[in-house]
Amino acid sequence: MALHSAVKGKLISVIGDEDTCVGFLLGGVGEINKNRHPNFMVVDKNTAVSEIEDCFKRFVKRDDIDIILINQNVAEIIRHVIDNHNSPVPAILEIPSKDHPYDASKDSILRRAKGMFNPDEVA
Amino acid sequence: MSARERLPIFPSRGAQMLMKARLKGAQKGHSLLKKKADALQMRFRMILNKIIETKTLMGEVMKEAAFSLAEAKFTTGDFNQVVLQNVTKAQIKIRTKKDNVAGVTLPVFESYQDGTDTYELAGLARGGQQLAKLKKNYQSAVKLLVELASLQTSFVTLDDVIKITNRRVNAIEHVIIPRIERTLAYIISELDELEREEFYRLKKIQDKKKIHRAKVEKAKQALIAAGLLKEAQASSGNMLDEGDEDILF
Repeated sequence: MALHSAVKGKLISVIGDEDTCVGFLLGGVGEINKNRHPNFMVVDKNTAVSEIEDCFKRFVKRDDIDIILINQNVAEIIRHVIDNHNSPVPAILEIPSKDHPYDASKDSILRRAKGMFNPDEVA
Repeated sequence: MSARERLPIFPSRGAQMLMKARLKGAQKGHSLLKKKADALQMRFRMILNKIIETKTLMGEVMKEAAFSLAEAKFTTGDFNQVVLQNVTKAQIKIRTKKDNVAGVTLPVFESYQDGTDTYELAGLARGGQQLAKLKKNYQSAVKLLVELASLQTSFVTLDDVIKITNRRVNAIEHVIIPRIERTLAYIISELDELEREEFYRLKKIQDKKKIHRAKVEKAKQALIAAGLLKEAQASSGNMLDEGDEDILF
């Protein structure tokens, strides 16, 4: 399976609000596998935190996903799970959402890089 | 404190040679690791700069993409559910390549088009232009994000490797090399002591021999004086004496 998917090419998954998901799906990253599991998750204000956590963990476990795009406001909700994820693959990218501007100082990667450069440079 | 911390080794010439070789090895290893750490650090800084650059660029690209989504929605009407329900196969996929920096493999992601566009007919009725623009915007956003992801992955990997390398460099510099040096100093002092002991022993033996010889000589002289031994005999006896062996050879 792992080899097979490696040959086939990996997927990009998206966790975010509806508009972000729709945008990236139109960009052509969406896929539903044989078990009818999509590689994206729409988060609205009614979505439970545990649901997001479970979904995130499931995406991390799937070996056909290499990049996880996550809205920064969603990432903020499950920050503790993201900070626990240390391995380089899948890469987790925090992206700005439509109604939350991008705040570089919250990004877990950039926070790790703190002290190496001036935070003002990023903002 | 330093006298205790050394390698458990018997102080001998052989051990000294061994220690010297090990010290050389440790120093070489230290300089090599230092070079590796420097190379990684250089790459790390480069990637860091690139990440900051790309993150800011990403903000702009995402803003533009979100705006074009709003535009498309305005002309086409709400198509969110249609899009969410009609997902089948991914059009953009990622290939992973390996990049090598000073013996560290860094994954590099690369996106490529695979298969046809699922939403080819979306926006056929109206707003097709906006939708096309929207797709293009999001595709370029994905491309940028993939690039950013590979930078970020490299960043995480390099961060770990740099930490490990620095730990090794410091361990060699502050633990292993001093320990070997202390061991060497110990061996040298121990060998010196042995040498002094040996020297003292030789001196002592020489002294003993001198006293013994003097005694024998005295006894002989006494015998000659008493007339029991002739002068010639005494000298021939002297010739066999060990003190004169230089003349014989």
